[in-house]
Amino acid sequence: MPNTEIPKLEDYSPRSLDHFFLSIKASYDKEEAQCGGIPEKIEELRIRWVGRKQGHLKSIVETCLKTAPAEVKSALGVRFNQLKVHIDQALAMASSDATILSTGYTTVRAASRTADSIDITLPGIRPGLGVEHPLVRTMNEIVGIFQRMGYSVGVGPEVETDYYNFEALNFPPDHPARDTQDTLVVAKQEHKSLRDRLLLRTHTSPVQIRTMERQPPPIRIVIPGKVHRNDAADATHSPIFHQVEGLCVDENITFSDLKGTLDHAMKELFGSSVKTRFFPSFFPFTEPSADVQISCIFCGGKGCRKCKHSGWIELLGCGMVDPVVFDSVRGKQPGYDPKKISGFAFGMGVDRIAMMKYGISDIGLLYSGDMRFLEQFA
Amino acid sequence: MKILSNWLRAYLPALKVSDRQLADDLTLRGIAVEGVFDLGSSNGSLFEMDITTNRVDAMNHYGIAREAAAIYDIPLLPLEASLPAARPAKRPFPVRIDAQDLCGRFTARVLRNVKIAPSSGEIVERFQLLEQKLIGNAVDATNFVTMAMGHPTHAFDLDKVEGAILVRRAKAGERLRLLDGTERTLVADDLVVSDEQKALALAGVMGGWDTMITPATKNILVEAAWFDPGSVRRSSRRHGLHTDASHRFERGADFAAPPIASALVSRLILAAGGEIEGELVDVVVPEFAARTIARPPISLAVGEVTRILGKTVEDQPIDAATMERYLTALGCGIQPTSGGPYTVTLPSWRLDLEREIDLIEEVARLHGYNRFSNTLPNFAGSVVELPWAAKEKMLRGKLLAAGYAEAISSTFCSATEAVTFAPQPNSYVPLGNPLSEEVGCLRSSLVPGMLTMLAHNLNREVDDLKLFEMGTIFTGNTDRVQERPSLVLGATGAAIAPHAHAEGRAYTFFDMKGVAEELLAGFVTKSSYFDTFPAASGLMPQWLYSGRAARLVADGETIGFFGQLAPQEARQRKLRQAVFVGEFDLERLYRHALREPAARELSRFPAVVRDFSFTFPDAVQWRQISSALLGLAIAEMSSMQSMEIFRGGETVSLPPGHYSILVRTVFQAQDRTLRDEEVQGWWERIIEAVRSLGGVLRS
Repeated sequence: MPNTEIPKLEDYSPRSLDHFFLSIKASYDKEEAQCGGIPEKIEELRIRWVGRKQGHLKSIVETCLKTAPAEVKSALGVRFNQLKVHIDQALAMASSDATILSTGYTTVRAASRTADSIDITLPGIRPGLGVEHPLVRTMNEIVGIFQRMGYSVGVGPEVETDYYNFEALNFPPDHPARDTQDTLVVAKQEHKSLRDRLLLRTHTSPVQIRTMERQPPPIRIVIPGKVHRNDAADATHSPIFHQVEGLCVDENITFSDLKGTLDHAMKELFGSSVKTRFFPSFFPFTEPSADVQISCIFCGGKGCRKCKHSGWIELLGCGMVDPVVFDSVRGKQPGYDPKKISGFAFGMGVDRIAMMKYGISDIGLLYSGDMRFLEQFA
Repeated sequence: MKILSNWLRAYLPALKVSDRQLADDLTLRGIAVEGVFDLGSSNGSLFEMDITTNRVDAMNHYGIAREAAAIYDIPLLPLEASLPAARPAKRPFPVRIDAQDLCGRFTARVLRNVKIAPSSGEIVERFQLLEQKLIGNAVDATNFVTMAMGHPTHAFDLDKVEGAILVRRAKAGERLRLLDGTERTLVADDLVVSDEQKALALAGVMGGWDTMITPATKNILVEAAWFDPGSVRRSSRRHGLHTDASHRFERGADFAAPPIASALVSRLILAAGGEIEGELVDVVVPEFAARTIARPPISLAVGEVTRILGKTVEDQPIDAATMERYLTALGCGIQPTSGGPYTVTLPSWRLDLEREIDLIEEVARLHGYNRFSNTLPNFAGSVVELPWAAKEKMLRGKLLAAGYAEAISSTFCSATEAVTFAPQPNSYVPLGNPLSEEVGCLRSSLVPGMLTMLAHNLNREVDDLKLFEMGTIFTGNTDRVQERPSLVLGATGAAIAPHAHAEGRAYTFFDMKGVAEELLAGFVTKSSYFDTFPAASGLMPQWLYSGRAARLVADGETIGFFGQLAPQEARQRKLRQAVFVGEFDLERLYRHALREPAARELSRFPAVVRDFSFTFPDAVQWRQISSALLGLAIAEMSSMQSMEIFRGGETVSLPPGHYSILVRTVFQAQDRTLRDEEVQGWWERIIEAVRSLGGVLRS
């Protein structure tokens, strides 16, 4: 059993009283630390200090009060009470630790309690959370922007018919525009008519047709999804990639609306200082068609390696819905009269945006499940 | 495609802007200049172009010069196509178009006593700047004209042509040796230019070997024709021959161009000597002329332009005068009709212009897209989420919280994998043109992709893994493909990695079971359980380790299977540590509603904890013990958990084939403090229930 040193009280000045009580407190703390959180020792400590018969505290109080002048007795009483509260609380804490220790859970506490203080520079115990995939994260971000602009979410099948992937979108059979989309096809389709042949959708645009067939105008829909092309894999190409498509159809939808909508979306996605510029392009299912560039997010438009010193980065394709596309759904939804309604559509590659946002140099990493890659997005 | 700025300027004497400015202005109007390369002092620049498939008219210098003329509103010089007078011929060269549905126009010009020599002058200079191979004046002339004004032509050695020219379908099995030296077997759908004996050229794709120009050539027949785009495309694809000519014909060449192209080629060849014999033979198929050069005009309403395009940055619609100017510059004839829409005749070189919307696009394009204002449309509708969005979000949230990283794997798998992992036997979908055999099928399960990803990591010394993927699986057959959303979990190595403060712990079956329980708890189910079947039953997937795997059933429906990977699969994939994997059918899971949390009153009275330690024979499973205890229907028993399983050791020994289990029960009432006698009563009932299962209370 350790020997508790009781200091002497020289006089009753506040300074002496302070010194006296701090010393007692320090003695207690030291002894508690020496118990190492072991329940038996803490029990001994408790009996030694606050036990009814031979507790230190009791004997100190008795000794002091006996000799103290009457005028300081009440001040001493207050101080002793404070000390008692401190020791009681410390004992309660120590014994609750002891209970935990007794169930055998906490080597942790046992280890750090042996010293007066813990090494707070040791690493924390991280709970090991999972990691959101950068593509899912980017896709959700893009979809969220359009949801806040009033777009509902739509999806469609990954295996499509030639009709939905091409014909209804104004890609006639044998048309050179089909060359730009090397298509993976399902086996044994030769006996079917071209329009019924099954293939892996090369873009999310078929969902435009499926949505319009189901639902009269107005439409505002954003379509995230996986698409496939027969492309050999390299750092920037993958046979598997993701797109987010959008479609807005109503009365009086103009090319200016398309421009304003995408300008707003790009500012939401990349920051309000980003500028957009539009220039003519060609997609069979939109007219006028446009490619959209944003001012380089790396150099702010001054020109750098990332933007090939042009100050601009090409990001998405879009255009006004071609009247032929409306005509292809009018059989099912007569409301799509191209003389009365108009609309715009746009599509963007999620992989490319994610690669740009996060500085990913190889698209293949997105589909590798490589933990060293994924854990960077925690 | 490469373009020389100086060549453009030759057609545009009034062009003042710099090459760079020209490149930018063209790009912003859809004639994309991808790169500008300075060619040094007097040579101007080389433009690397990226012309969209619809703009075949701009895949040459004159076409691009025409765009520039329209952009800057400056004159475009006509092509210089005058020819010396022809020596009269006894009779026109005989040309017949047999396949009138595949060839719309065929012109033939006979050049006599030509001199085949190296090219000189402008051709050499420009070809060198373009890094175009020089062959000889006749062939170079045809290539030069293609680059100049876009129309492909062909020069035949006339002395090798036997009799008349016939444009006809090939005979099935007919053979033709082409300029590239290959011999092709033709089919009846191939269009050929032939003489009376043999095929001479694969029309619009490539000339033939037998009639090619050689240094010995004396007389030439210049072909400039117009072939049906679909026909050229089919032949080009069938024979794997994508040529400069086929590229242009399949996109729709200018029906008016053949006579001009023929004249340009002839001029260049004749520069080295020779003369023209007879007039140009020009055979036109009226049906094609009606669809191209003589297309009916289309009408264009100014109101439509504004309805589709909106306003410019000046907050104005495009006015009529501006519109007229743009369309005229592009070669359209524009006639106002009284008060109504314009009547617009279309240039022969723009087969892509067919409808009012095409003209609206031209107006927008020439005005410049960036000169239209940015506006946001009005909308007063509701935003609808996908029906399963909240469920998917809940699952993803729980999995991320549980420490699983989301991964995305390949959509494809091998045929063997498709068979092994398909949820129903032989229900999988092969691809017709896969990237390789290993990825020859659509995945019938997410498991093979997960195993590939786990192996990828293990091969890189990353041994502690918890991954999940949510994606589509494909079952059915090549006639009917079913797509179902699926969830796969994969884990291996440590569930908790060791660190400074604690020892680690390996991932076990029960880690995955716990996740399955957590996920299912997010949904409303009436009843759910886990079970397993012996390997021989065929009721468990063969990729799971028999005895270390389970099935999850909710409301009578199988939701998924999970457990340790079967040893044969692990061996085959060279997985060097125990791997756990599970796949869950999200379509079935999503049929259950999301569980809405509901709060209950918390008891104000103290809880009583009682621990029991029993010994059971191994045959008794936890499921029996727990149902026995829950079967007692003690309302005050607020929880019951297995705290420890013990199978004997150094200090305590158990009978062989037995195990000991510590069960912690907690009793609490809503309305009173429990009395000792009550708790004692329950204690006895519990012991009785356990005894009936063959359990023995340990002291």
